[in-house]
Amino acid sequence: MGVDNPLGDNIITTSLDALVNWSRKSSIWPMTFGLACCAIEMMATGASHNDLDRFGIIFRASPRQSDCIIIAGTVTKKMLPVIKTVYEQMPEPKWVIAMGACACSGGVFDTYSVVQGIDEALPVDVYIPGCPPRPEALLFGLMKLQDKIMKEKNSFGSAIGLGNRITSAA
Amino acid sequence: MAENNRAVVRLKEKFAESILDVTEFRGEVTVTVKKDGIIPVLAFLKQSLQYNLLTDVTAVDYLGKKEDRYMLVYQLFSIDNKDRLRIKAPLAESDGRIQSATQVWRTADWLEREVYDLFGIIFENHPDLRRILMTPDWVGHPLRKDYPLQGPDREPYKGRLS
Repeated sequence: MGVDNPLGDNIITTSLDALVNWSRKSSIWPMTFGLACCAIEMMATGASHNDLDRFGIIFRASPRQSDCIIIAGTVTKKMLPVIKTVYEQMPEPKWVIAMGACACSGGVFDTYSVVQGIDEALPVDVYIPGCPPRPEALLFGLMKLQDKIMKEKNSFGSAIGLGNRITSAA
Repeated sequence: MAENNRAVVRLKEKFAESILDVTEFRGEVTVTVKKDGIIPVLAFLKQSLQYNLLTDVTAVDYLGKKEDRYMLVYQLFSIDNKDRLRIKAPLAESDGRIQSATQVWRTADWLEREVYDLFGIIFENHPDLRRILMTPDWVGHPLRKDYPLQGPDREPYKGRLS
């Protein structure tokens, strides 16, 4: 991955990175993008029974103030430019979750009007299979995203303008 | 029976030369008329027989199955009499255009735009004939039988085991 890391890896920078990563993973504010039945499961995950708030995950219906976008449902070719615009409006750092079979691969909608997976347009961090995924699956996907955020390097350096954020594959 | 239907009786005595066929299936009466006589028939049904609600306008593509490729379908409902009627009009592929029903029912505006978008049938004298479901820059008409299901820019799926 990227090698632009002027601060290097030492006990001070890695501790600061861990602090930044911990604060980021503990306050993921997802931009909701409910497009189909997956949106219902996403709402159920946010509601009291499963309670996303206990992870610090609070839905933020504004791209300017969110750092994660959950693509929940079937993406049509007509909706794709809207999703791209919303994604571009989100500030860095930002992550993408593809929720459900349709967002991952087009699902059963192997037709002319449906985008065959949102990864054709956005860099997806976590794929959650299911049709639709149960709230437990979405929770697990968000926890996987938290793990991924915790593994990021130079997040402190990039936050103060030195080098780039380095993400590992897993 | 279809012969006793109030609309069929009146249509047969007034538009005998326009009517191609009258059928009934499970209580649903369908009258097939020539496309040139469609507007007088529809106007008469609305004004004299109280078919005041145009429920739907749609079309069928009979590619390779019938001589006239397209069949336009009008679903009518009379709120006063609580009965329904289906009017059909065949269209040849070489002449895929028909008079717009917007002059009879204003509802036909968007319904005909959908038929234009998905089948490419031109409605003459329509106030605003542009695409309604697909994006404005879309090429082709997806519900035509010769439109590839997975889109023109993709290799068609030939089955799981091929």
